[in-house]
Amino acid sequence: MAAPFDLNDDNVVVIIGTGAGGGVLANELAQKGVSVVALEAGGRHLPEDFINDEWESFGQLAWLDPRTTSGDWRVAKDFSGLPAWIVKSVGGTTQHWAGASLRFQEHEWKAATTYGNVQGASLLDWPIDAEEMAPWYTKAEDKLGVTRTGNRPGLPGSNNYLVFEKGAKALGYDEVHTGRMAIQTRDDGDRIPCQQTGFCFQGCKWGAKWSAGYVDIPEGEATGNLEVRPQSHVARILHNDAGKVTGVEYYDADGTLQMQKARIVCVAGNSFESPRLLLNSASAMFPDGLANSSGQVGRNYMRHMTGSVYGVFDKPVKMWRGTTMAGIIQDEAKHDPSRGFVGGYELETLSLGLPFMAAFLDPGGWGREFTSALDQYENMAGMWIVGEDMPQETNRVTLNHDVKDQFGLPVANVHFDDHPNDIAMRNHAYKQGQAIYEAVGATRTFPTPPYPSTHNLGTNRMSANARDGVVNKWGQTHDIANLFISDGSQFTTGAAENPTLTIVALAIRQADHIAREMSAQNI
Amino acid sequence: MSDTANPKGMTRRQLLSRATAAGASFVVGAGFLAAPNGAWAMETAALQPETMATLVQMARDIYPHDQVADEYYVLAVKGYDTADAADAIEAGIAALDAAAQGKGFDSYLAIGWERDRVDILRGMEDSAFFQQIRGGLVTGLYNQKAVWPIFGYEGESFSQGGYIDRGFNDINWL
Repeated sequence: MAAPFDLNDDNVVVIIGTGAGGGVLANELAQKGVSVVALEAGGRHLPEDFINDEWESFGQLAWLDPRTTSGDWRVAKDFSGLPAWIVKSVGGTTQHWAGASLRFQEHEWKAATTYGNVQGASLLDWPIDAEEMAPWYTKAEDKLGVTRTGNRPGLPGSNNYLVFEKGAKALGYDEVHTGRMAIQTRDDGDRIPCQQTGFCFQGCKWGAKWSAGYVDIPEGEATGNLEVRPQSHVARILHNDAGKVTGVEYYDADGTLQMQKARIVCVAGNSFESPRLLLNSASAMFPDGLANSSGQVGRNYMRHMTGSVYGVFDKPVKMWRGTTMAGIIQDEAKHDPSRGFVGGYELETLSLGLPFMAAFLDPGGWGREFTSALDQYENMAGMWIVGEDMPQETNRVTLNHDVKDQFGLPVANVHFDDHPNDIAMRNHAYKQGQAIYEAVGATRTFPTPPYPSTHNLGTNRMSANARDGVVNKWGQTHDIANLFISDGSQFTTGAAENPTLTIVALAIRQADHIAREMSAQNI
Repeated sequence: MSDTANPKGMTRRQLLSRATAAGASFVVGAGFLAAPNGAWAMETAALQPETMATLVQMARDIYPHDQVADEYYVLAVKGYDTADAADAIEAGIAALDAAAQGKGFDSYLAIGWERDRVDILRGMEDSAFFQQIRGGLVTGLYNQKAVWPIFGYEGESFSQGGYIDRGFNDINWL
């Protein structure tokens, strides 16, 4: 039967969320002939709708439904109602992401084994490894059109990159280039090549950057097997007496509660909304929430060890011109405990426009120390730090029953405390980042604190043993055979790399598994 | 500034003749405040003109950019000049003046040195009033498109074809 599908059609796979996980899974299943209903809380925004204006775009795309925060992270103080900068739109946060597409390093699949016992960390090896993932990574790189993979050339370096590169080389770094980016560079594909416009975070108006919203979703819809329902906010997942999920209740665009039956439900709402939905779906049979017999739903929230470094020079850089994140130093991504921490970090170019620089350079800062920095905005270069943070059981998403969203549902509270390893790594990265700019003649540098998180991971983690996590190596929940997790919340550990490529590779692999199991009548 | 043209159609001379100095940066009269040289003026709707003048000075002391003219700070705080907001703003500015008087000044606006005004602001930076004004300025000041060129920021670039042919890699001093 072709899309659109009936609410009572219990043969469909329902996917909740249409970002890197859900959007890719929806297309991949549709390509295999599986009937899919994708429920997306946000609306449709195509490249022509995107806005080259930071705050206006933020209002258009960001997930602004209420959330609460706790813990010692500075985001809880500076942005207490906004723990994350993620997107509510068909395509999810792939509308906003910068495009950095890196494979995990081999040892990062085995964090517990490699790093040993780290006090306070709930490290675990993934039940999959680099060899298992290699072919899926290749498929993901081909889908996204990642530069410096296959035969795709790299992007040219912007002013911001050229400063970064010169400083990196002066410090003796070797692995320095314009990145592996899901951005079209040649005029030989379906997508327009990058025009060096900047505003990668605001949605690429050329469509040069890959987004599930305008690449995978339309491809899936063209098969006739995928129906996307935008502005559909899922309230709970339903199950039968046998403990199998049977469908979902959601609020449609008019705010009316609907029920869609399902053969399989795949949850891909990002690491806050996915556990929130499982917890909000608690029932007499599953009083602690769905798939939560381990008590692990919502736990081990990771956000990457992040931070930024900005440098001021005595001459113009104009860092906002050109691709935002096309620049990387990978030398520090290795695991080298002699630096005083386990795991590693990447340094990547980053720029913010003046409005966001004012908001994020030193949140809460004021007076001449602050404004004299902004006075040099034109002469600034910027980089972002992204490294592996330690999973901790107490860093977790829980339901805040005191705060309700527009549908009356308890919101997610996000609790996060930095682990000492995170702090040691961040301090090392600040020092290296500042040295990079000082080597090029920076007159002043700024170790800028983490922004609201865009890399939200863990909270439904993958584990070999059912007692240690929420899903198995296919993203299938240990407790409920026809309930899957398809987003970054299934990450066992975070690795140092930007997570999207891994989310996409896992989604392609999961689609293969689900289609096979459906054919075999196993689910 | 276009939307704060001289109130009541007065000439600059007439306007200034009805005003008295408020600190070094402003003159105030009945229902309006203006630059001492008459370069701009604004009518106030709900706030006392002296209150608005103090608020503008406070805004500049929080985010001082010497190359940014007062009119942008006026625009940044103009939104508080409403019946809904006025009581809280009047109370906040009264507290600011009281703090100034506690240090022996006539008022906040009467303080000659920025460092003395900043000392007073430091003493109240955890207050809801200070945080409301500071937080509002982050967007109220820096998200004014007219301010961006003063900092060199170029804003929107898609309509001009991005920077691929307009200097994305034009750095010449490395």
